[in-house]
Amino acid sequence: MDMPRSDVRPVDFDSFSTPKHLEHAAQQAHARNYQDFLIVDVDSHHYENESYAEVFEYIENPIMRRDAIDSGGRSTGFLNTQVGGQSMAGRIVRNKGRKLDKPRVSKHRDIGMTLDWMDSMGVDYACLFPTPMLFLSAHPVPEVEAAMAQAYNRWLCERILAHEPRIVSMLYLPFNDPDAAYKTVKEFGDKKGVVGFMVTSPRYKSVHDNTFMRTYRLIEEQGKVLSFHAAYNWDDRALAMCNRFIAAHALGFMWFNMVHMTNWVVNGLPERFPKLKVMWIESGLTWAYSLMQRLDHSYLMRTSDCPQLKRKPSEYMREMYYSTQPMEMPEDKTLLEATFKQIKADTQLLWSSDYPHWDFDLPSTIYDLPFLDEKSKRNILGGTAAKLFNLDSKPVKKIP
Amino acid sequence: MAEWFVARASDLKDGDRRIVTAGKREIGVFHKDGAYHAYSNTCLHQGGPACEGVMINNVVDILNPDRTYEGQKFGDETHFVCPWHGWEYDIKTGEMVGDRKQKLRKYEVVKRGDDIYVVA
Repeated sequence: MDMPRSDVRPVDFDSFSTPKHLEHAAQQAHARNYQDFLIVDVDSHHYENESYAEVFEYIENPIMRRDAIDSGGRSTGFLNTQVGGQSMAGRIVRNKGRKLDKPRVSKHRDIGMTLDWMDSMGVDYACLFPTPMLFLSAHPVPEVEAAMAQAYNRWLCERILAHEPRIVSMLYLPFNDPDAAYKTVKEFGDKKGVVGFMVTSPRYKSVHDNTFMRTYRLIEEQGKVLSFHAAYNWDDRALAMCNRFIAAHALGFMWFNMVHMTNWVVNGLPERFPKLKVMWIESGLTWAYSLMQRLDHSYLMRTSDCPQLKRKPSEYMREMYYSTQPMEMPEDKTLLEATFKQIKADTQLLWSSDYPHWDFDLPSTIYDLPFLDEKSKRNILGGTAAKLFNLDSKPVKKIP
Repeated sequence: MAEWFVARASDLKDGDRRIVTAGKREIGVFHKDGAYHAYSNTCLHQGGPACEGVMINNVVDILNPDRTYEGQKFGDETHFVCPWHGWEYDIKTGEMVGDRKQKLRKYEVVKRGDDIYVVA
């Protein structure tokens, strides 16, 4: 028997680097020739709380600014939070490891860390969203949501988006304050790297409320995207019955988007804003297929409940956009294929990673699907997003 | 097939592991509770480095004889966890514990004198 030379290394938990953590992702990227085509991630995250010292300085109101800065070092105080561990009791190591990471690019640390994982996965452009602020929609004081949204959006535009063309964002809309939401679109609509506006879904403001119509109209006029980013609210009365995070997460990330989508359609908003580009983020895919059937079935009996509709609800839903992650992977792939067909994946589905969160997806979740041809794969992985966000279609990544 | 050097047995202490690149394959070699185990370092989920995460025992729900729930405790089964998404594997079998039909490729480990080799 041969005894060739092997390369042997220990497993080291005392150091961390994103390129090392994602070495297998880079291998996938090379093996699938991602360098040859555009990949756009429409939903990724940073931990903006690591930059709160900078963000808080952008809060305009001096009383709130002092309150925020004073409470900056504590997990409770100025801002609300949610129970629920991203790291799964330490099973996911990158949450702790990121403190030890040394990004290769010497711009803002957030830029460097983002570019590192983008290159490893083979991503050219990433739409960056916050993490703890996804729960800001449940803050009991609407003024705080509005103030924090404005501060974060200004910080993001000035410190991140202005300095890195490969990072874009749909900015946080303070939806609990309709006037502040409108002002946000007015102030930031033409800023570099702003490709749309994002509503965090776990909230109790109805999307069909008249106070939001001028905001929708303005986003439609700007040609930007309005997105609804799912999250959970474990304090929600229904979800509060769940005793385990898996339950609150699995249900919560579908539940709020199902409510908002239903209200969006039955109140005729697609008819009122026919050119508004609407995207549903991080609910997976099966919810949309399920809801299409459910709403169509009821609509055909109760058309008088939705007099603005000229077509079945599913037909409007097929004109909206959906991000892939967390993409369900049924053993029977024909179920997934049927879901892709129902939501018109070739033109309406956009790949997303959700990195660095615990349930992130790689581009291979799309690229390796047996029922997609190369053109469909490239549309979903980046082509559709490039058109939607008006991005250059030339690949710019540097896979390590 | 070839034998690829892993470590001197005296250097691979109980609870320790090594990642061996054997040609184009990456293999995780574990020394745990007196036994050696070797598995493919490619997670069956999305290809993460399956053997490079934490080792942790299984979690058990404690049920009373009347089937009421009492709490949780760690069990006796050791798992290694893919650090990307948390897929857990039984260190004795390489089975994915959430769906034991799925198994990591297992490799034979041999000891020659004080040297440990994996056969791949």
